Amino acid sequence: MYKYNDFDEAFVRERVAQFSGQVARRIDGSLTEDEFRPLRLMNGLYLQLHAYMLRVAIPYGTLNSRQMDQLAYIAETYDRGYGHFTTRQNIQYNWPKLPDVPAILEKLADVEMHAIQTSGNTIRNVTADHFAGAAADEVADPRPVAELIRQWSTDHPEFQFLPRKFKVAVSGATADRAVIKAHDVGIYLREQDGELGAQIIVGGGLGRTPMVGKVLKEWVAFEDLLPYLEATVSVWNLLGRRDNKYKARIKITVHEHGIDDIRARVEERFAQIKPAFGGIDREMLSEIETHFAPPAFRNAPTDEFDRAYETDPVFRSWADTNLSAHKATGYAIATISIKKPGDTPGDASADQMRTLAGLARDFGHDELRISHEQNVILPHVHKSDLPRIHAILKATGLATANVGLASDIIACPGMDYCALATARSIPVAQGIATRVEELGIEHDIGELKIKISGCINACGHHHVGHIGILGLDRAGVENYQITLGGDATETMVIGDRTGPGFAYDEIVPAIERIVETYLALRLNEDETFLEAYRRLGMAPFKAALYPAKEETAPKEKANAA
Amino acid sequence: MTVIIRDEGFVSEDYHAEWVTLASDTDPATLSEFVNAPAIRVEFPSFADGRGFTLGRLLRTNGFQGRLRATGHVIADQYAMARRSGFDEVEVSKDLAERQPEAQWLARADWRAHDYQTRLRQAR
Repeated sequence: MYKYNDFDEAFVRERVAQFSGQVARRIDGSLTEDEFRPLRLMNGLYLQLHAYMLRVAIPYGTLNSRQMDQLAYIAETYDRGYGHFTTRQNIQYNWPKLPDVPAILEKLADVEMHAIQTSGNTIRNVTADHFAGAAADEVADPRPVAELIRQWSTDHPEFQFLPRKFKVAVSGATADRAVIKAHDVGIYLREQDGELGAQIIVGGGLGRTPMVGKVLKEWVAFEDLLPYLEATVSVWNLLGRRDNKYKARIKITVHEHGIDDIRARVEERFAQIKPAFGGIDREMLSEIETHFAPPAFRNAPTDEFDRAYETDPVFRSWADTNLSAHKATGYAIATISIKKPGDTPGDASADQMRTLAGLARDFGHDELRISHEQNVILPHVHKSDLPRIHAILKATGLATANVGLASDIIACPGMDYCALATARSIPVAQGIATRVEELGIEHDIGELKIKISGCINACGHHHVGHIGILGLDRAGVENYQITLGGDATETMVIGDRTGPGFAYDEIVPAIERIVETYLALRLNEDETFLEAYRRLGMAPFKAALYPAKEETAPKEKANAA
Repeated sequence: MTVIIRDEGFVSEDYHAEWVTLASDTDPATLSEFVNAPAIRVEFPSFADGRGFTLGRLLRTNGFQGRLRATGHVIADQYAMARRSGFDEVEVSKDLAERQPEAQWLARADWRAHDYQTRLRQAR
């Protein structure tokens, strides 16, 4: 894992001191509320519906047990005993008090963490594949590049007052688990002639105008990566629209000017600014890479795993859904579901955080990951330890065997917390999860990604859910629109709207009808929901959702006319 | 009335020749025309409008070596950003300078410290 050097350490301490000063200067009137707002946002502090909210970065989703323990300590000491893992590999505290925030930031700095640029019109926390460094299908670990970008983007003097936020994600595997194509800039690490480089995707994003990112450049050598990124953001900083915040993101700039025009501008800007980079950044990347060397994997038999798998159906069910293929023999990636039906997706209590930290320390080479799907991952677990890990998870309410299934739902905080929300998300997720559990059909349904957003800003990624749910406000009443066929991976597709929305008390039954339709029409158990939708199209689902009204209706209408 | 701010604090105006004044929406393609100007002021209509920082950087990248001033609504917290983007000095209204007195600007006069960009741009 990356270890702060003296510079990084001094930087975060200085930043805490600066922010403490800014809070004091807001109170004494040196800063107006308008001036203070972006300063607190670029330090992760929001003013929410009921209270302040502090969003803490978990850069590229990686943390160790000490850091997780500290997150638990903060939750207990300064919040209400829990935190919320978000779709961008952050953790949010929903109830901090403003005077406590500098102290919280100090506690974070103590474990090499921060809340810098988790909000505001800045380059946000850089995210990455949550299986980075572990996945069997990995070409290169994306974290060194993500860390380099973290350093470059942190307090970048030109880019603290951008037209709008700017999100970057990095993947180094065949399968895209990081929603790369829905980022302002997405990076796929690729090999070309035996050399690693970056394919640059630009202009993806969800929100009110969902767009799939486009290829800006097929391959950028690592020595050109920072100047190329800088050229891209530099072009957008001047060209991006500042007259309308809904048209400010780079996806709109790309859409309005065309990808070829943007590419030409970026190439020209790159040629201008490249000479300012003396080349040390390439060496820094190599140095950062040494921090991410794989742990010393042990070579041991997996008998204990095999025995438990054969004899314990509960363990087998968990292993079947929550484990993924690891690059090392005898190892697995274990995803711990933070989606127990009935609970709030992504919320973890301080006790649960400590359990997870302990598991990482005792069994997981001291590594943890947070996924954009709001789960926690033990990336390096020897299979022989899994039965013991599972027993501990069971005892702490963390053994839910639903990863990738219908109740593993992404949901934004919605109207329960968020000032922007137009509808509740959490109770809808709870309702769906509880219902599929009652029906006991989840494992029969198989892979199904349900994603819920409580407003048009789409923090819950509903556009790219196999089933997406968008909560809106229709004349003061919650109304939920459904999209089908979305895909968050390298084959990204924005889902299709089914038709008119559903009331709060109709949405769970509506989802049930969609699932029943799939189960009735799939070719066989191997055909996933997404595959079935692609084969069948919208029609049968629409028919199930909107049954024809009583047949007399047209006649009555005719009579009335 | 305005106040000029440099690393040493509030200073009085000592430049009385011609300025080229650039708006924050200046087309970057035109910047090369101003490379030989003696002095350029880049306008910051609002502190939230960060275009001026990139314009400053691009003027320097184009080879402009004269006096470069950020003028308008720039707050003390942005002083380091302005300096790191190639500006020599900042000019703000008297009102703003009263609200954010000299000490608040001097607090950011150490803009060379804690700067990731300098680290990342050194020669091998």
